Amino acid sequence: MRNPHRTQKIAFAFLFLAILLILVPVGLIVFVIIQKGLPGISWQFLSDMPRQGMRAGGIFPAIIGTIYLASGAILFSLPIGLLAAIYLSEYAKDNLLTRIIKLAIVNLAGVPSVVFGLFGLSLFVVFFKFGASILAGAMTLGILVLPVIITASRTALESVPQSFREVSLSLGASKWQTIRHIVLPNAIPGILTGVVLEIGRAAGETAPILFTVAAFYLPQLPESVFDQTMALPYHLYVISTQVPNVAEKIRYGTAFVLLAIVLSMNLIAVIMRNKFRKLKKW
Amino acid sequence: MAKIVTRNLDLWYGNFKALKGVNSAFEPNKITAIIGPSGCGKSTLLRVFNRMNDLIEGVRMTGEVLVDGENILNGNTDLVILRKKVGMVFQRPNPFPLSVYENIIFGEKIHGSSATRHKRDDIVEESLKSVLLWDELKDKLDKSALSLSLEQKQRLCIARLIAVKSDVVLMDEPCSTLDPQATARVEELMRELKNRYTIIIVTHNMQQAARVSDDTGFMLLGELVEFGNTHEIFTAPKDKRTEDYITGRYG
Repeated sequence: MRNPHRTQKIAFAFLFLAILLILVPVGLIVFVIIQKGLPGISWQFLSDMPRQGMRAGGIFPAIIGTIYLASGAILFSLPIGLLAAIYLSEYAKDNLLTRIIKLAIVNLAGVPSVVFGLFGLSLFVVFFKFGASILAGAMTLGILVLPVIITASRTALESVPQSFREVSLSLGASKWQTIRHIVLPNAIPGILTGVVLEIGRAAGETAPILFTVAAFYLPQLPESVFDQTMALPYHLYVISTQVPNVAEKIRYGTAFVLLAIVLSMNLIAVIMRNKFRKLKKW
Repeated sequence: MAKIVTRNLDLWYGNFKALKGVNSAFEPNKITAIIGPSGCGKSTLLRVFNRMNDLIEGVRMTGEVLVDGENILNGNTDLVILRKKVGMVFQRPNPFPLSVYENIIFGEKIHGSSATRHKRDDIVEESLKSVLLWDELKDKLDKSALSLSLEQKQRLCIARLIAVKSDVVLMDEPCSTLDPQATARVEELMRELKNRYTIIIVTHNMQQAARVSDDTGFMLLGELVEFGNTHEIFTAPKDKRTEDYITGRYG
């Protein structure tokens, strides 16, 4: 005989377990990184060049490199992605071709990042002759994050009520004016959500920058977009596997800094998003 | 001279013929009501006059629709100019998620004259006064239009239209979300506005049509069955189908 109270309890237990399975590893990772990384953090660690084959000194060039690469990637992909999303959601007719294009974009988001790395190597580094450079790396990362930017922006644009567009057009606004004054401002929170996710992704990816920009050891700051640069994820890989005898606190300190950069970038965008959301409600 | 004239207007949604040979004439400074059961094509007819049906894929029209003597079904009709002239109030009040002030000034912003702040203030005041909202809202111009009551929202939408300086106001069941008191007040407003506008209202509510309109058209299954003076339609309908509808045999 079925006891509804017992099935309720069992269901609750399973759902709770699922949440626990997600929370525990995340919590553990953050905990371990903070516990082992925090002692390594000092002003000198953040602001100094690496020394003694990266076994001492700081990680300043890698921090700067990661900030350049992540912001470069967004700078490159946001305008293109947004324009593409506007075209797809507002102008393109709903036919087989556009459905295939939309599906292809979604699928592109699932392509392994190392494939993007090779693509960036052959297109930007070799074909466009940018060499291994910040420009090539940022553009490769930009292409990596493009599918999610497009998809998130498209969803955000499409979630703006149709009635707003109708009124605007009925008042004699052109299609572009309607998009510019009504649709876009109301889609910004959703678009920022996409940007939030992808800043973190661009800052954390290793494979796409491996062939296109990342320097193994370069104890100086890049001077132009055609220079190579160190970057945190690759630096972490290097000091964890390629260079022997690097102190644990340096390795975990680097991981801590990477995590902190990603989280604070996300935090800024979340705050911006909430501010917009408060202004625009329907 | 009639403001809007339709001649043998047919309209298809794909293979479905939604309007069948509609001939009508809408007089300026009058309120014309279009009544009929759901799905009879009355909203479709209304949306022909500002070409809002264009937004639906697969719409096709034949015949003529003259606004001020010009056929707006021509390929070279400028929709921006047409819609500026022929404005629309929708069934659900739909202010933009902006302030009261910005809602009214939207048309001004769109139509490009870089008006001074002072002139914009005048437009806002004048438009709100003509919908009798000024006293209620003059201290709340910066408040979000979404915080208003339904009636205020619908009035605001009318004010937003007035600010564009249209000649024709199309109303698609503008009172269907309002309570009886608010409906009465909006009807009063319509009577005031008709001195300056050509008003065409689609309504489900026969009493409303009888109360507020000068002319009435009765539609059934895409056909304009009868069109004429409201009093005559309601007291001495010529067509049996009109009589059946008005006396409540179906609806």
